Amino acid sequence: MAPTKPIIEIKDLTHTYSPGTPFEHTAVSHINLAFHAGELAGVIGHTGSGKSTLIQHLNGLLKPTSGQVLFQGEDIWKDKKFIHSIRGRVGLVFQYPEYQLFEETCWKDIAFGPKNQGISGDELDARVRRAAGFVGISEELLEKSPFDISGGQKRRVAIAGVIAMEPDVLILDEPTAGLDAAGRDAILENIRAYQQAQNAAVIMVSHSMEEVAELCGRLIVMNKGSVSMDGTPAEVFTHADELTEMGLSVPQVTSVFARLRAMGLDLPADVYTVRYAVARLLERKEDRSC
Amino acid sequence: MTPIIQTENLSFTYPASEGRLALPVFENLSLEIEAGSFTAVIGPNGCGKSTLAKHFNAVLLPSGGKVWVAGMDSSDEEKLLDIRREIGMVFQNPDNQIVANVVEEDVAFAPENLGVPSPEIRKRVDDALKTVGMYEYREHAPHLLSGGQKQRIAIAGVLAMRPRCIVLDEPTAMLDPRGREEVVSTITRLNREQGITVVLITHHMREAVSADRVVVMHKGGILTDGSPREVFSQVELLRKAGLDVPQTTDLLYSLRNAGWDLPLDALTIEECAKAIAAALQSNN
Repeated sequence: MAPTKPIIEIKDLTHTYSPGTPFEHTAVSHINLAFHAGELAGVIGHTGSGKSTLIQHLNGLLKPTSGQVLFQGEDIWKDKKFIHSIRGRVGLVFQYPEYQLFEETCWKDIAFGPKNQGISGDELDARVRRAAGFVGISEELLEKSPFDISGGQKRRVAIAGVIAMEPDVLILDEPTAGLDAAGRDAILENIRAYQQAQNAAVIMVSHSMEEVAELCGRLIVMNKGSVSMDGTPAEVFTHADELTEMGLSVPQVTSVFARLRAMGLDLPADVYTVRYAVARLLERKEDRSC
Repeated sequence: MTPIIQTENLSFTYPASEGRLALPVFENLSLEIEAGSFTAVIGPNGCGKSTLAKHFNAVLLPSGGKVWVAGMDSSDEEKLLDIRREIGMVFQNPDNQIVANVVEEDVAFAPENLGVPSPEIRKRVDDALKTVGMYEYREHAPHLLSGGQKQRIAIAGVLAMRPRCIVLDEPTAMLDPRGREEVVSTITRLNREQGITVVLITHHMREAVSADRVVVMHKGGILTDGSPREVFSQVELLRKAGLDVPQTTDLLYSLRNAGWDLPLDALTIEECAKAIAAALQSNN
């Protein structure tokens, strides 16, 4: 079977801020990455590693200093019309997106994006309600002012606003920042639901190792403007020392297992969720009592 | 031991404003923070922890009851400057706290306003920036830094005031793991070495583990209050309130439910590993 083509690709991307000034800073350098439909990838890296710069190139908020961004094989900057359409095909949810809410009602705020895509009437209403459904926003809430609802609900309305454009690529920059456990679980579940329904490529920037371990099939580790690791969580989290040196960490449960192995116990090195850890330990106990 | 912060039957309601209803947050909340302690305040969104923190340096004034800060009544206008000198506050969003165009000038802002002599300001600025690991950025423009770097500048700005107490409202929400670790180890060090009282509002359970005391808030009240070990062992209670426990606790709890004989308060990675190793090596 022929491999599917990537939906979005980055080719030899470099971006320098404030070139020619004393503040000149190359944030990302010669990046090559490809993402496929249906993928759920996590991007992790220390602050200043270039994660935000990288993702802002995917929907054309930033233009490459050199290199290319290709959507379905075409350069997103090829002409004005194409780059305009990209905003609807590649959705980007910023950190603390609730700060962007501005409309009179949640319905109107969610409708803003698709309206700008030229969608109206029944289709527009359907889009808004579908998006609201993905994030668990009730009919009742749609009629409220976005300023009269809780922080967690605001967050979900903001995300619905991007999902309503039905992007093929959904990028979220720290979607769970500032949320409590219940809020976090809800948002992550919503993201998963959207991804499965649309077969979208989802890219999540996160500082929570536990979160990306739980959700993502692929982890991209950024370090000082370059991609330093790109693999499954199991592969990436075996490099605990390198990750620590880069200012990152591994899930606590991974460290517990590393400690157990250092104590001489024969346990797997690919443990990064509590669920998996418990299963492996119960197995081990069974083996020993046989 | 005189508490450095004391709330007495504290009640607070956000007043109604255009387009918003009045929001009662808590009623008759009494809490004492001991001088020199390190207290973490955790709780689900909307429980009132940030609102409470803002009472500690008179950003908010009580609707009912009293707040005493270093022996001063927070509602006494004449004492406002003194209160703010004693209690420094670090907020979640660094963009709301940065005022200058040059990093070292931003950090110097508070001591300058307090009339600290110039050579002392220089020393304080340098010390504060080194403490947060941003010394080499002292001549940079703050608005060009990443979120995490900005937040460290904001913390340095508070440190330069040498307050007796620092209240931090989710200071690491925008930081990477190393940044989080640096902030927590910095404030832990300030607490242990300089006796600065620390009140840390956080969502990250790992950070609360570093504190002497954890206060869990829920719907405007205190759900439980004790050492990290005492608090995090109450897994059911915390989960019902919509909170997480550290992964170490989660792991031990799950194994206990499978019949293993394990302590629930082995919070650190080392303790957790030791407890599990012992359980694995024991006979059935």
